Amino acid sequence: MFGYLVNRLLLMIPTLLGVAVLIFFMLRVVPGDIVEVKLRGDGGNVTQETIDAERARLGLDRPLAVQFGDWMVGLVTLDLGKSMWTDRPVVEEIALRLELTLQVAVMATIIAILIAIPLGTLSALFKDTWIDYVVRIVTIAGLAVPSFWLGMLIILALLYWFNWLPPITYTPFYVDPVANISQLIWPALAVGYRYSAVVARMVRSSIVEVMKEDYIRTARAKGVFEKLVVARHAMRNAMLPAITVIGLEFAFLIGGLVVTEQVFNLNGLGRLFVQAVSRNDFTLIQSIVMLIALVFIVTNLVVDLLYAWLDPRIRYGGK
Amino acid sequence: MTDQIAFDRRQFLQTSTALAAATAGLGLFDAAPANAQAPAPRRGGTFTFAISAETPHYDAHGSDTFATLHFAAPFYSTLLQFDLADYPKVKADLAREWTVADDLMTYTFRLVTNATFHDGTPVTSADVKATYDRLRAPPTGVVSTRQATFADIDVIETPDAHTVVFKMKAPNPAMIEHFASPWNFIYSAAVLARDPNAPRTTVMGSGPFRFGEHVRGSHVTGTRNDRYFREGRPYLDGFRGVFMTQPAAMMNALQGGQVLAEFRGISPAERDRLVQVMGERVRIEESSWTLNLLIVFNTEKKPFDDVRVRRALHMAIDRRAGAQGLARTATLRDAGGLIRPGSPFAIKDEDLLRMPGFGRDIAAARAEARRLLREAGVPNLTFVLHNRNLAQPYTPAGIFVVDQWRQIGVNVEHRQSETSPYLAGMSSGNFDVAVDFSNLFMDEPSLSLAKYVSFNRAPENRSRAIDAELDRLYAAQGRERDFQRRYDLIRQFERRALDQAYQVPLLWWHRIVPTHRTVMGWQMSPSHNLGQSLGDVWLNV
Repeated sequence: MFGYLVNRLLLMIPTLLGVAVLIFFMLRVVPGDIVEVKLRGDGGNVTQETIDAERARLGLDRPLAVQFGDWMVGLVTLDLGKSMWTDRPVVEEIALRLELTLQVAVMATIIAILIAIPLGTLSALFKDTWIDYVVRIVTIAGLAVPSFWLGMLIILALLYWFNWLPPITYTPFYVDPVANISQLIWPALAVGYRYSAVVARMVRSSIVEVMKEDYIRTARAKGVFEKLVVARHAMRNAMLPAITVIGLEFAFLIGGLVVTEQVFNLNGLGRLFVQAVSRNDFTLIQSIVMLIALVFIVTNLVVDLLYAWLDPRIRYGGK
Repeated sequence: MTDQIAFDRRQFLQTSTALAAATAGLGLFDAAPANAQAPAPRRGGTFTFAISAETPHYDAHGSDTFATLHFAAPFYSTLLQFDLADYPKVKADLAREWTVADDLMTYTFRLVTNATFHDGTPVTSADVKATYDRLRAPPTGVVSTRQATFADIDVIETPDAHTVVFKMKAPNPAMIEHFASPWNFIYSAAVLARDPNAPRTTVMGSGPFRFGEHVRGSHVTGTRNDRYFREGRPYLDGFRGVFMTQPAAMMNALQGGQVLAEFRGISPAERDRLVQVMGERVRIEESSWTLNLLIVFNTEKKPFDDVRVRRALHMAIDRRAGAQGLARTATLRDAGGLIRPGSPFAIKDEDLLRMPGFGRDIAAARAEARRLLREAGVPNLTFVLHNRNLAQPYTPAGIFVVDQWRQIGVNVEHRQSETSPYLAGMSSGNFDVAVDFSNLFMDEPSLSLAKYVSFNRAPENRSRAIDAELDRLYAAQGRERDFQRRYDLIRQFERRALDQAYQVPLLWWHRIVPTHRTVMGWQMSPSHNLGQSLGDVWLNV
């Protein structure tokens, strides 16, 4: 197992390197010039001399290979450079938003799991009964309703019934837990509902499949209580595909909440990413892409490790 | 409007003859000044308001977006400022008194003696000189979008620590108003000496509020400057400006009381929603706006170098019908010429009807437009309309003109971009036709018409056209001191500009500002760039 873990960690290096090469050179191919946008984006008359000076200051006049090499060295030493737009350290720009985004993602995941596993299990166990139909309606609605639209409904409902809205600026949990939770619980609910629908559908279909397996029949034949059959034998196996979905959805939330962030006026990573792209802020885009890639890779690793924990038949690295 | 707009128009007009004239002439206020029946100001409280865009940097000298002013104006002072209670007159800020030579060639300002920057250093004439030197002749690497405005300044002298004298190369009748421009933040000479670009990333002013924090993507805060040079100001303990780029989120926040105001302006539909749900809790103030949208043709690109093509596209737009329709949903209202409708030098409505592109018979105008396109050899013209991706009023305006041009057989792709790429695209000439804007802070014709003079003299002319006749007329109206003769010269300029149609006005904006009833002391004006220092604002809670 330890060997497998080391192997997977080492494999992360070429994967991230591939992502780095792709994103670095793709950005340079796409039309657009941050210096033009930055200096002429105010509508002023800027001389070519000033533009050239800024380009030199940002290092954009150097050969691509040199720029790439510098960035690689920076990545290894965790010096991601400065945002070309704000001149602030990229680490600072990302850290400012990552805390909020991570918290929303974690809260949404918890909400999704708390809703999806009981609902998906009930739906499977009471297949083709009214319970199943109700759960299916709820989950299909969850898939059909965009998170941002649900978010807007939540806000309007809070306004209409309570004449109250969550705080509009972020307060870290350790500063004021009440303000923090009262701001982030609503986007987490809006996102978590769709997320739970995806997971609940997966849990349902997995349990329906697993309940037809021979070992379930064997367990029942041995006289094991039905609750134990479900909890001990069916659930653990049925969780494998659900965990995959949970992992992918979690990683997606790190950079994919753009519209929901706008609805709730959240200062999250998704908005930062969109802004960076619209401004051709190369250093910031590269770093956010690397971060998202890293989250996907680590999440996949964690999912794989959870597989082994849930299913004793899966053993990594053994002969 | 509704009864939520508590406006005593008679009382307002009685305040002074000058104000009445200004109000009638400018079509300024439809609604109440925030403190029409105000009780005595109270001190304290933190004022939270929405800013519908985030400034890319803090340097107003190099900015043309309200986002910089709504963010930074509370931290800075200017030499003069507009007196919004008596607009368009100017009043003192750092300059306690000033004199203007009869020939308009010398301006002398005496500064207050008790003003200090937030680091405790006194504000002196050296700081004013350093500021205006930076504005008129920015060092390499520094961007000043007002370089052309102050090109007429020859020498700046500082005979003593609190006197500054501007000597001009040529007279400019609008110069005193330019000294009241909200963009001319006075910077510390010492700070500029260390780093001429420091104001882009750091705040060091002498305004009513000290810089608190700027959490990028979220908000800016300011705290009371206890050493502010105006006695008893500011009233507030502090302010928080929250960046809210999503109109729906901003409306919810206004309704829920999380923000108490938004000063740029909202749409009529948003206004109606707030009035309906908030009733007496909201104050709505309206004004015509010193902002208009233009259609600009890139004359360096074919076929827009052909006046027949430009004129055809100009004539195909039914502005009067558009104004009626768009006024219901967008922040657009008036069809007008090059000068803001209702302001003293604006064209009279009967004269506007005779201008190309503004007649009542749109069918005849479109027939003529089709003929011109055929004559120019482009009967099936296709191009890209470059536009800004702001919902108000750029998107509806873009959709409107695309539809108007479709009616003469022109096929247009409507492409919208974020603000910075949009402006950069226009500044670098990388477009065919664009929806441009003219963002003024006053009605002085030399400012309003500057955008239409030749590109080599006015970089803000995005059509990139060179027209010596327009330049001649512009200079002539600028020198003319007699109102009627100047008015006539402006009409000649306007006719030439609309005939050549390098860039043509689309519609003028209409400003609607919502504030909670508890917000007092803020003054409505026809420009969203004015009156944002918050020094007089207080909370009636």
